[in-house]
Amino acid sequence: MERVHRRLSQLITPAAAPYWQVAPLAGVFAVFFLLPLAITVAVSFWRYTEYSMIPALVGDNYASVFAGCLAELPALCVTFKTYVSTLKFCVLVWLVTLVLGFTVAYFLAFHVRSLTWQTVLFLLCTIPFWTSNVIRMISWVPLLGRNGLVNTVLVASGAVPAPLEWLLFSDFAVVLAFVHLYTMFMIVPIFNSMSRIDRALLEASRDAGASAWQTVWNVVVPLSKPGLVIGSIFVVTLVMGDYVTIGVMGGQQIASVGKIIQVELSYLQFPLAAANAVILLGAVLAIICTMTRLVDLRREL
Amino acid sequence: MKPGTKGQAGVSRRTVLKGAAAAIAGFPAIVSAQPVTLRYLGTAVNQSKEIAQKVKADLGLVIEYIPVTTDEVAKRIITQPNSFDVVDAEYFQLRKLIPSGNLLGMDARRIKYADKITPVFTKGQVAGKTIGDQGTAPKKVFYLEGPTSTKFAAAPTQWITLIPTVYNADTLGIRPDLIKRPIGSWAELLNGEFKGKAAILNIPSIGIMDAAMVVESLGAYKYRDKGNMTKPEIDLTIKTLIDAKKAGQFRAFWKDFNESVNLMASGEVVIQSMWSPAVTKVRSMGVPCIYQPLKEGYRAWAAGFGLPKTLTGKKLDASYEFINWFLSGWAGAFLNRQGYYSAVLETAKANMEPYEWAYWMEGKPAEKDIKAPDGTLLEKAGTVRDGGSYEARMGAVACWNAVMDENDYMVRKWNEFIAA
Repeated sequence: MERVHRRLSQLITPAAAPYWQVAPLAGVFAVFFLLPLAITVAVSFWRYTEYSMIPALVGDNYASVFAGCLAELPALCVTFKTYVSTLKFCVLVWLVTLVLGFTVAYFLAFHVRSLTWQTVLFLLCTIPFWTSNVIRMISWVPLLGRNGLVNTVLVASGAVPAPLEWLLFSDFAVVLAFVHLYTMFMIVPIFNSMSRIDRALLEASRDAGASAWQTVWNVVVPLSKPGLVIGSIFVVTLVMGDYVTIGVMGGQQIASVGKIIQVELSYLQFPLAAANAVILLGAVLAIICTMTRLVDLRREL
Repeated sequence: MKPGTKGQAGVSRRTVLKGAAAAIAGFPAIVSAQPVTLRYLGTAVNQSKEIAQKVKADLGLVIEYIPVTTDEVAKRIITQPNSFDVVDAEYFQLRKLIPSGNLLGMDARRIKYADKITPVFTKGQVAGKTIGDQGTAPKKVFYLEGPTSTKFAAAPTQWITLIPTVYNADTLGIRPDLIKRPIGSWAELLNGEFKGKAAILNIPSIGIMDAAMVVESLGAYKYRDKGNMTKPEIDLTIKTLIDAKKAGQFRAFWKDFNESVNLMASGEVVIQSMWSPAVTKVRSMGVPCIYQPLKEGYRAWAAGFGLPKTLTGKKLDASYEFINWFLSGWAGAFLNRQGYYSAVLETAKANMEPYEWAYWMEGKPAEKDIKAPDGTLLEKAGTVRDGGSYEARMGAVACWNAVMDENDYMVRKWNEFIAA
């Protein structure tokens, strides 16, 4: 018994303590994140038939993903076209949610004084998440459809001569649905950053003669940077991997990387899907690296 | 309980309990009184509560449904063949399922109604007339060379791949109130008149066959086999689709049953590929919708029960018992009343009212109101089923859902179409 105690005390030296503390999370990460990821990468180099996968180390799947991409230049091949389309949504949704999220968070942090009201308004922001994804998106049809509410009002009021077709099953509809869904992911981290800003700084700014806009731009925005970056990471990763929203709101007519992977999985082309997933992961990591390069999160937090 | 263990001096409470446990395990009667549970993997289409209840009442078997998508059924058979006892799969999937060696060739001698199964499956005939067999027609994949064989037999054998559950003939659904003229050909799907109001389904292997029906009826090309295209044929078909998409012909593509109902009922789309129960659902919402018979014929599909190769003993017997029950009429009548067709027509007929049989199977005007199995009104008296009788509909089948030899290439081209 005593020997065991001595062993333990040797193991838990002050220097080793942090490693033990980090071990549980590291273990979970290793089993549920690193291991599956490693398997995905490994499988992406396998061969496959309709009904089996054959362990191998070949680049066929990657070659297949980029088949004809060089030959077709300057025209874009399917993979490039899909990435360009997905990136376009990424940028649009990111810009809109950033502006919206910042505005809402600013309002909540600086204009709403009582904690009760802050909580109430926060809960209101979560309303989009009260229903299931599918129901939420299907309910856009009666609103934006050819015979939907918006078109009926527009036509009846004489604003447009015929129903607007681009309201639904279009790029516009996809961006709208994304913004509706993901603005929340911007609001929360930005609000979190803002609520930590020392109010004395704002007063100091005003005393020093800054206008309201100058205060926002030179004081609030720089100090909210960690929140802005974290929110951006949320939104960008969610949009890059999404295929359900793009599918439903785009009327399945708009390609997305996620959809290609899903189709490949449904045809049991696991290695090909794995290769696509690895490429997507690379693309998302590249974007996140760029963003964290702009703001040193570790220092700011 | 063994008499000896009880009351012996110096026996601790724990040993008595152990003895009791051993004694209980020694009574086979208690164990076998437990009802056998069959895990039934399939799409939700056939997995009705009513069928499970009836099986429980008639056979004492517990059916545990595992409802997944068609793709997921194939994935499970290949990757987790021990996770189910009975599977309801589609015939077109067999070309990738059978080579995996995970399904058992079912012994026809143990299937009571094996020789009563409609000739649609065994010979590819309806009422003595040979029907279209392009694609993966069930007769091409119905028999195996042996119980554990991974090869399809050219001539009938004793070993059956799947025992048919349901099948049907698919066509285009239309909104007659918005189109206001007769539709008679697949070519209408790409008619400029319906620009921005047409839809097809975004399931590559099925969507491309609907597209092929259109290409043929436009007179642009005649396929040797629409269900097994060559690469140039795939290119041509996809090009036709891409041109139509760029011209704004399609309002949307759909993948889910409810999406197709939604598109049609809301009027976003007036002509689209559709499934029979989706048409029924649109109609039950009070919106006019016709499952339009077309002169080029139907694209058919069929599903059936298969057994995993690992199934043995009591579970195997119970599975055969369940399948025999399924063919014995009650389930067939239940499915026929939903607009599907059942495998053994005689037994289903015996379980349906004559007026029901006349409406669903003979294409006669309904004598009385036609009700769904749950009692909701489907059609008023006097209505005639779209497409008419069984012989008229199944007899006009042009091709079957299929997996092509060039499947990989086709999927890649389909992704190109979606990205275009």
